[in-house]
Amino acid sequence: MSELSDLYQEVILDHNRRPRNFRPIDDASRTQEGYNPLCGDRLTLYVKLDGRSIVDLSFQGSGCAISKASASLMTEALKGKTVEQARELFDRFHDMVTSSTDVAAPDLGKLSVLSGVREYPTRVKCASLAWHTLKAAVADGTDGPVSTE
Amino acid sequence: MLTTKNDTAFGHGVPTTGFAHEGTPGASATFDVQRIRADFPILREIVHGKPLVYLDSANTSQKPESVIRAMDDYYRHANANIHRATHLLSERATKLYEGTRANVARFINAPDAKSIVLTTGTTDGINLVAASYGRMVLKPGDEVLLSWLEHHSNIVPWQILCEQAGARLRVAPINDLGEIDIQAYEHLLSDRTRIVAISHVSNALGTINPVRHIVAKAHECGAVVLLDGAQAVPHLVVDVQALDCDFYVFSSHKMFGPTGAGVLYGRKSLLEAMPPYRGGGDMIASVTFEKTAYNQVPYKFEAGTPNIAGVVGMGAAIDYFGSFDRAAAQAHEDDVLAYATERVRAIPGTRIIGEAADKTGVLSFVLDHAHPHDVGTILDREGIAVRTGQHCAQPIMDRYGIAATVRASLAIYNTREDVDALITSLARVREVFG
Ligand SMILES: Cc1ncc(COP(=O)(O)O)c(C=O)c1O
Repeated sequence: MSELSDLYQEVILDHNRRPRNFRPIDDASRTQEGYNPLCGDRLTLYVKLDGRSIVDLSFQGSGCAISKASASLMTEALKGKTVEQARELFDRFHDMVTSSTDVAAPDLGKLSVLSGVREYPTRVKCASLAWHTLKAAVADGTDGPVSTE
Repeated sequence: MLTTKNDTAFGHGVPTTGFAHEGTPGASATFDVQRIRADFPILREIVHGKPLVYLDSANTSQKPESVIRAMDDYYRHANANIHRATHLLSERATKLYEGTRANVARFINAPDAKSIVLTTGTTDGINLVAASYGRMVLKPGDEVLLSWLEHHSNIVPWQILCEQAGARLRVAPINDLGEIDIQAYEHLLSDRTRIVAISHVSNALGTINPVRHIVAKAHECGAVVLLDGAQAVPHLVVDVQALDCDFYVFSSHKMFGPTGAGVLYGRKSLLEAMPPYRGGGDMIASVTFEKTAYNQVPYKFEAGTPNIAGVVGMGAAIDYFGSFDRAAAQAHEDDVLAYATERVRAIPGTRIIGEAADKTGVLSFVLDHAHPHDVGTILDREGIAVRTGQHCAQPIMDRYGIAATVRASLAIYNTREDVDALITSLARVREVFG
């Protein structure tokens, strides 16, 4: 059995208390709502693109520590990446949080602090909410500033 | 723990509307919660290395040995289809199934077993009434009146109905305590109101609504009333004739029975006038390709092979209510709820959501330092099962400006020790989230 401290690592608690990039982007290229009806977690993701490049990424909303920290860590990890790199990281993140607990979790650098949710099936959705929202935000593959609003 | 039959000893939330308070004949006037706990095998379960503390009975209740055994016995000794075959097993199955119908009628004091439609649960019963009665009576411009306290299953079927019929959905507001604003309710009633659908007890807040008054006022306007009793039957003695409601629905699984079975009580004259809900076997008298004659009530509403074992289990659950004193059990539950309320309120940074004068079974709260979902995970690791989230009642969460609550919900088998375990673990939440 895993310890609670594997889930609520200091980094996660810190990002929950002081979420990074927790602000709107006024001239966002995409704005996307994410909602987890099960627990009521809600977030708005703002993406600013320059061509295929994510030049700024931020979020606002309310949610549990896991969803907030995950969103915060995601915005840090993806700033400066391309849309394609973001999609690739989405897949790897998804694999990490849903992978079997019998094998070592793949190393995703700082994002690896969220691998603890593997032990908590009911919390996987919390950790993935921001990522699914991002995937939807960049889904249509259109270049340039397009808002989904 | 021992409690006396004197309700006033606990002075909290003992409802006075619409229920008989006499104990079940033959049952003892005291309430031995340890004996009750011994009847529920799952309460001996160890989760995450800790003894289970089950505080999620409003979600679904646990099942006593007698219910588990009744279903097992049914499959071992009586399994057959009902109403259809001439052999002995079918006779046994039919007897058990119809016996439960009669048992249900006695349980809620319905005038006639034929006014009891066996369903798959509360949701099924509400959809049946909305689709059958609702579609029959609702005209454009008519209104259906709900309260702000409803479970999604007592909102969405009416929304669908109103949309189809061009009717209007009205909602009676609640006050900050989580009680229906009765003046506003009366104000919303008019000669356009055809149907009033309101919960007897709120699943998210535990409020006991003054349903007798609600029914009387609706009847003055010529509306019929459906009461959602899903959270009432596990706690209160329900008498549908005293309540004078037109429809009463509930689920077996919240009252110590299995999932997949439930009850719709309907005033027989209404049931008779209503068109069938679903077509199929058992609900017909004769079928030709030109015309089908429907069976009588309640069979007209019971198409297809039902969940026979589930209904048998529900019957055993009803019998279980006869094994203890109802008033004493209620006093015990009220005591545990009052104790839990007091202990949770004493935790700094806690806000209790729903503080109605008349409550049963539910304590919803939020902590300023931790999100309910995180609280739920930490409590789970301590062996404590609560529900966190919006409890299928998003409008209530919106009303209080919150996304979710932690909900500890009680049944007769809970104790003050369960509450103590909850409080200790909430201190653990504070340690993690400080
Ligand atoms: C007040 C209320 N109404 C309706 C329901 C739906 O019951 P079921 O899911 O058993 O159909 C519930 C169950 O959560 C409830 O608490």
